[in-house]
Amino acid sequence: MQLDDLYRRVIMDHYKNPRNRGTMDEGAVTINLNNPTCGDRISLQLQVEDGVVSNAKYTGEGCSISMSSASMMTEAVKGKSFQQALEMAERFSCLMKGEDVEFQENEDIEALSGVNKFPARIKCATLAWNALRKGIENEAKS
Amino acid sequence: MNIHAVREQFPILHQEVNGHPLVYLDSAASSQKPRSVIDAVSRYYELDNANVHRGVHTLGSRATDAYEGAREKVAAFLNAESPEQIIFTRGTTTALNLVATGYARSVCGEGDEIVITPMEHHSNLIPWQQAAKATGATLKYIPLQPDGTLSLEDVEKTITPRTKVVSVTYVSNVLGVVNPIKAIAEIAHRAGAIMVVDGAQSTPHKRVDVQDLGADFYAFSGHKMCAPTGIGALYGKRTLLENMEPIEFGGEMIDFVELYDSTWKDIPYRFEGGTPVIAGAVGLGAAIDFLESVGLDEIEQHERRLAAYAYERLSTIEGLQMYGPKENRVGLITFNLDDVHPHDVATVLDSKGIAIRAGHHCCQPLMRWLNVSATARASFYLYNTESDIDHLTDALIQTKEFFGHAIG
Repeated sequence: MQLDDLYRRVIMDHYKNPRNRGTMDEGAVTINLNNPTCGDRISLQLQVEDGVVSNAKYTGEGCSISMSSASMMTEAVKGKSFQQALEMAERFSCLMKGEDVEFQENEDIEALSGVNKFPARIKCATLAWNALRKGIENEAKS
Repeated sequence: MNIHAVREQFPILHQEVNGHPLVYLDSAASSQKPRSVIDAVSRYYELDNANVHRGVHTLGSRATDAYEGAREKVAAFLNAESPEQIIFTRGTTTALNLVATGYARSVCGEGDEIVITPMEHHSNLIPWQQAAKATGATLKYIPLQPDGTLSLEDVEKTITPRTKVVSVTYVSNVLGVVNPIKAIAEIAHRAGAIMVVDGAQSTPHKRVDVQDLGADFYAFSGHKMCAPTGIGALYGKRTLLENMEPIEFGGEMIDFVELYDSTWKDIPYRFEGGTPVIAGAVGLGAAIDFLESVGLDEIEQHERRLAAYAYERLSTIEGLQMYGPKENRVGLITFNLDDVHPHDVATVLDSKGIAIRAGHHCCQPLMRWLNVSATARASFYLYNTESDIDHLTDALIQTKEFFGHAIG
């Protein structure tokens, strides 16, 4: 069990200097998601135009893994179509299963591959991505 | 108390986790089991297993004797008036739900009050929220003092003649506070209310006398006191139990069944529908024998010493904040370390073989009162040592350094 596999420098950088942390004005879609087993919570906001995520911001409370994952995800999702965003979320699930996948959208995300060796922490990493999935699925329906 | 002899009896403690000797500091979540409990459960399955209260054959009688023998042990352990006043349940949660649904809903109505505290575990909070919603009763909270304790003055102010139920935890699973149950029960009784006690965190660690406490109902779980998971009990005053409605119906609990109506067995059986957790009860009986052989007072003293030592050691770590009062606390310490999230603390500690709990501890309202989203908690039991606390302290200092470098 190597802690450095989990807490890579790039993860700590996103934790300490979060990107896209904050809220947006009205007109954005808000998704609130909790992790009831540990108390982590995220409020994700997506600006949506013609089936494209034009902007993303988040607020929340959680550990370094959940918050850095949210920071990376919001960077990567900007400018992506719903389909591209869902495909990326699916790829993130594969990353958590230990599969060898790439994120050309934001290579920082690949630093979270180490979470796979810490099963208790996978839920932390996927919280923001589940919020993204939920937000887009709701939007696609409406 | 010979700590080495005690530790020898817990097979699970003698292993390495992630390359380090296991330091188990999560007994408030679930305790480890001594050899005698593991053996009692195995022996039951190897020699006596059968269903209880129905077979005429020999194994059926042995199983019934073992199950009822465990009930007698629980009754003696809590100083209950009689074994019939002990209902076996799945644990504290099931026991408190039984009181909140089977008893409280029949005595509470519009305008009545149910009084609890913000330090309650969700299992002693949500059943009362639900009972209040179902009956139109008002749910009231005795406020906490700044150090997390209850003041009897506030208890007096909160309980009124409209109060029907007061339900308070004996020991907080987060703050380590020991609540003055006996005094609260006196106030509740003067107002005509019943006193329900959540004993999940007290029963494993100190001598409990339900009559002396003035408890009308008292709930606890076996798995936090060296017994298997899936078994616990509810103690109740006889007249209250006789007026309580069963909430589970089926086999084992009936007296006579007709097509459109049925009658119930006497207490406690009317509350034990279906085949009970027989092996679990046998394990609980063995756990009580084990705890009695060590001595509950010795266990409490040992844990208080550990808590005081841990408090002193952890106080030396800069940036570490502890929650709850310094005095009159049991063997658990809830804390946060600077900017390091408790999940991250727990993961780093786990990599060093140290098991602690991180999260909201099933106490979300209390977390909000503490103004934190989560905390870390180290909890001690009879098998923990000062050396465990030294390992914890060293590992916390290393955690701070690790994150200081990683973040800085």
